[in-house]
Order: sequence, then structure tokens, then C-alpha cells
Amino acid sequence: MTDLVWPPALLMLIGALLISVLRGRWQALLILATPLCTLWAIWQLGDGVLQSAPFLGYSLELVEADRVRRLFATIFALMAFAGGLYALRQASWYELSAAYAYAGGAIGVCFAGDLISFFLFWELMALCSTLVIWSAGGDAARRAGLRYAALHLLGGVLLKLGIVGLILHSGSIDLRPLVLAGWDSWLILLGILINAAAPPLAAWISDAYPEASPSGSVFLSAFTTKAAVLALILMFPGTQLLIVVGLVMIFYGIIYALLENDMRRILAYSIVNQVGFMLVGIGIGTEMALNGAAAHAFAHIIYKGLLFMTAGAVLMQTGKRRCSELGGLYQSMPLTTICAIVGALAISSFPFTSGFISKSMIAQGAADQHLALVWYLLTAASAGVFLHAGIKFPWFVFFQKDSGMRPAEPPWNMRAAMLLMAFACIAIGCAPSALYALLPYPVAYVPYTAGHVITQLQLLLFAGLAFFVMLPWMKRTLTISLDADWLYRVLVPALLHAWLRLWRHIDDAIDGALGRLSTLWQRLVVAPHRPSGWIVASWTTGAMALGVLLALALLIWRHLI
Amino acid sequence: MSQPEPTKPQTLHWLQQPATIRRLWWLFAGILLLTIAAEFLVELHPHFGADGWTAFYAIFGFLSCVVMVVVAKLIGYVLKRREDYYERD
Repeated sequence: MTDLVWPPALLMLIGALLISVLRGRWQALLILATPLCTLWAIWQLGDGVLQSAPFLGYSLELVEADRVRRLFATIFALMAFAGGLYALRQASWYELSAAYAYAGGAIGVCFAGDLISFFLFWELMALCSTLVIWSAGGDAARRAGLRYAALHLLGGVLLKLGIVGLILHSGSIDLRPLVLAGWDSWLILLGILINAAAPPLAAWISDAYPEASPSGSVFLSAFTTKAAVLALILMFPGTQLLIVVGLVMIFYGIIYALLENDMRRILAYSIVNQVGFMLVGIGIGTEMALNGAAAHAFAHIIYKGLLFMTAGAVLMQTGKRRCSELGGLYQSMPLTTICAIVGALAISSFPFTSGFISKSMIAQGAADQHLALVWYLLTAASAGVFLHAGIKFPWFVFFQKDSGMRPAEPPWNMRAAMLLMAFACIAIGCAPSALYALLPYPVAYVPYTAGHVITQLQLLLFAGLAFFVMLPWMKRTLTISLDADWLYRVLVPALLHAWLRLWRHIDDAIDGALGRLSTLWQRLVVAPHRPSGWIVASWTTGAMALGVLLALALLIWRHLI
Repeated sequence: MSQPEPTKPQTLHWLQQPATIRRLWWLFAGILLLTIAAEFLVELHPHFGADGWTAFYAIFGFLSCVVMVVVAKLIGYVLKRREDYYERD
């Protein structure tokens, strides 16, 4: 059985390699075919450990499948397809190759049955995603990519230490649910939370993603954070700390997105917000909540990818990225506008969109466990999502004041990718049973009751009212907002500079003291031995005679006593 | 690719005309009232207590958004910096 399995990650990686050597029509064919072949391979996998390999005395479980792993791998492959279609004619071969290897890493993480292969695929994701950021070219992307890589390599080190500790303590490399006891499991959790963009280590996402190319940010929005969500589902289900972390992420994302002016940075903050909902679901840990977290990850990848696609289309066609410079684009980009509105409605969980049938399961999970405070906060946050992403993004980019720009719609392949994703948002929202059938646990949840639809509409439409009433308070400013990355971008360099300056003073002082010692040595020892020095210089005859006389007197005196 | 046209169009797009905007506001207000009115026609399943009150979702949604905007504004005074904050040296 095991020798018949095609590892899906391997297919994706082979595709990534071939994309880098082929050109023209064959390359385009491969870009579209690779994710579909991978998807086929994913659905050939049954449950259980399907492929293992010996490594340093351990047996690596390279492919282990179950329902939730297949679900995440499926959406990763679908996203690679949509991203590939979007990037088909615009992105460079190295960006596409890196993005597909990145997707391969994410799919490898999905099926990793042990901690060692999990770690290897995890690091492959970190490397390839850095390459995707660098593919945008330019100094800003290079520097943001470096900061991104540094933080993710730090996360990798923490994860590695935790994994080594766990293997030493338990003797098993099996990837399994862990209890937060001991430094090893804490380090693993911390390493995963860095990739999940949990504050205070979330700044990399709003720093790096907006510097990628239009298509690069579409790929980036999908894999890293959601692979972390899957890792948390597999290793830390029901860990209550995640409820708190998730709630912090939710409100951090809303507040920072409200303050932001860069359209893709708004979307990056909104990823943190959405992943926060998933973490709350994982923290609650019931079948309902875990189903909700998994379903929300699936739905989120589609609408967030769609939103990044529309933002990328605007960036490509106008060259502008700030809300304060955009506006009125609906007149010449109607299709992009409609797709952005569909994505915005889906992220806000409007009835008949994908967000409605996924996010509500997490809130239901909180209600079932009688977590009143969590439920009220989630409900307030749902209104907040509409505020910061649902209205703010389409309003400031496509409507508000007329910027005077009349850019054309993006090329056909980008339009096709956006339409595909918009269709998926609505299809999942209208026929949720197809997605529900893929979820890890049996679903006994009915999203469409009259009461639920009406209360949700009330919540969202009154949030919309608040947006327009408070509009003067949300005037765009040409600013960025300080985040925890201030620590390593400003404070640490400043401390380093201060230390260097202090060291220079100490160095100068030591140099000064040494200099004085050396002059003293020169004057007392070296100078007297020079030809002109008093020791070496020739003496006068009188002085010599006096010296001999004194020496003689000394001798006689010694003999007399 | 980009074709910015600095000249303003002679007539405003119908979505930008004041009359349309006024009509949209009335339409919006009507829909808001409808969502509250519809609450009396359906059976709600409140989970806790307050969420069973009439127009709870409307009031809660509106107020939480106001609070979030105000909090963001206040935090903005502390956290906002010029765009070139990190580039200056």
C-alpha cells in the first residue's frame, strides 16, 4: 500500500522546479496543472500513515492523512491554482517557482505525521515565502524580507528546541496533541504562534506582506498563518490559553486596520483578526468549535485571497497603494469593485456568503460552552470586522472621493481568478453542506434559520451605520502605526548605537592612558639610551676623572672598615 | 497600464449626485428599520440574557463599532508616526 502513494507535497515541489526551467506555453500549462494534479493526489489518500521513511534511527511519517489534514491540503492546493491563474502572465518565473514550493511546504506540513518532517516542511515554507517577498524587487521588499526571514528563523529555532526537548522527554517523534506542561511544549506553541501572527509577534505580517508583488501577497495571505492554524488544531486543541490569544488578535487586527492607510496593510491586519477567530475556536476545543475553526480557515483563505487579488489589481493598474490616493475606481473597474465587495461581504459573514456559515460555528461553540464573555466579544468583533474590512477596504479604495483616476480592468487571467474566488465565496455560502461534509467532525449545525439571518443582518447593517456616522473620525492620514517591531527596528539598533558610542569613549580613555604610559617610558627609559641620551652620551674628561676618584674613594672606604 | 485622467468628468456619476446619495440614505434607513421589525416575526434563540432583548444586535453592533473607532482614534494619538518614520536616520 505504502509504495503506491504519491506524496502531494512532492508533486507540488516537482512542479515548482519545472516551472523554473520551462518557458512559454508549457510553463503556463504546468502552472495550472500542478495544483490540480496535487489536488487529485490529496484525494487519493486514505486515512492513517501512508508513507514512512527511516531517518537517523527514527521512522519519519512523511504522509499521514485524516479528514482535517485533507481539508487544509485541499484549500492550499485550490489556492495555489487560483494564485497561479492570477499570476500566470504577470509574475516572474522565480516568484511563481518560489510560491509553488511554498505551497508544497504548506501541503507537506498538512500531511506530516511526525515532528521532524513537520519541522522540515515548516522551514521550507519560511525560506520560500521569503523568496516570494524578495521577488517583488526593490529595496523596501529586500529589507522587509530580511526582517521577515529573521523573525521566522527565530520562530524555527524555538520550534526546533521544543521538538528536540519533546523527543528527549518522551522518546517519540509522533505529532500528537500536547499538554502545556514543561518548556518543550511551550516552545513549540510559541514557535507556531509566531507563524500564526499572534501579537506581540505579529508585526511581520503587516511589515512584509504589503511589500510583496500583487500576486506575491495573494500567495502569502494563504499559507503561513493557516498552516499554523492546522498545527494548533493537531497539537493544541482545547488549550484555553488560545481563547485569550485569539481574542487579543481579533481586536488588535481591528484597531490597527482602522488606523491604517495602506490598502494591503489593512488586509494584512485583517488576517490577524480572522486567524484570531480560528484560535478562539481551537481554544474552545469542542467538536463544534474545531469544525468552525477548520471551516473558517477554508472560507477565509478564499475571501482573503480574493481581497488581496482585488488590491493587487488596483496596485498594478494605478501604482498607488494608499487609501488617501485612491477612490472612485468603481467607474472604470466595475468587475474588480464587485469582486472586492463580494470578498468584503464574505469576510464580514453576510448571509449567503462563506463567512456566514463558518464563523457562526465558532460563536455557536462558545455559546454551547456557556462562555458568555467570549460570545459577546466575538459578536462585537463580528461588527468590527465589517467596520475595518467589510466597508473600509472597498469604500476607501473604490468609492469615497473621486481620485480622478480611470484605470482599466486588469488582464483576463486576473479577472478570471477573481471571478472564480468570488463565485466560491457565494457558492459555499449558499450551499454549505459541501464544505460541512469535509469537516473533521460530523456537523449538526444549521446556519440558515430566520432568526440567525435577521440578527446577523441587524448587527452588520448597524455596524455599517456606525461607519458612515463616524466617517469624519476615520479620515485617512499619511501615517503608519507603531507595533512591536519598533523594538527590533528602533530600540535595539538605538541601544546598539549607544553601546558603540560608549565603547568608543572607553576605547578613547584606554588609548589615552596607554599613550601617557608610552610617553613616560619614552622619556625615562628609551630617551636616555639614545646617542643623545645622558647614559650613552660621551662624558667630559673632568667628569670621568671625578667618577674614577669617587669609585676609588668608595673602595678605600670599604677596605678601611 | 495606468491611465490617470486628471480632467474631471463634466457630469457627476449618478452615484455621486447629491440626490442619489440622499435617496440611498433613506433606503438604508428603511432597511435598518426592516431588520428590527422582522425580529418580531421570527423566533429568536437567545443564548444568554441580553441577546434576547429587542434590537439587541442593532444596538450592540452600533455601540461596539463606535467604541472601537473611538479607541482606535485614542490609540492612534500614541502610535501613529509619519510614513517615513523607519526610513529617516
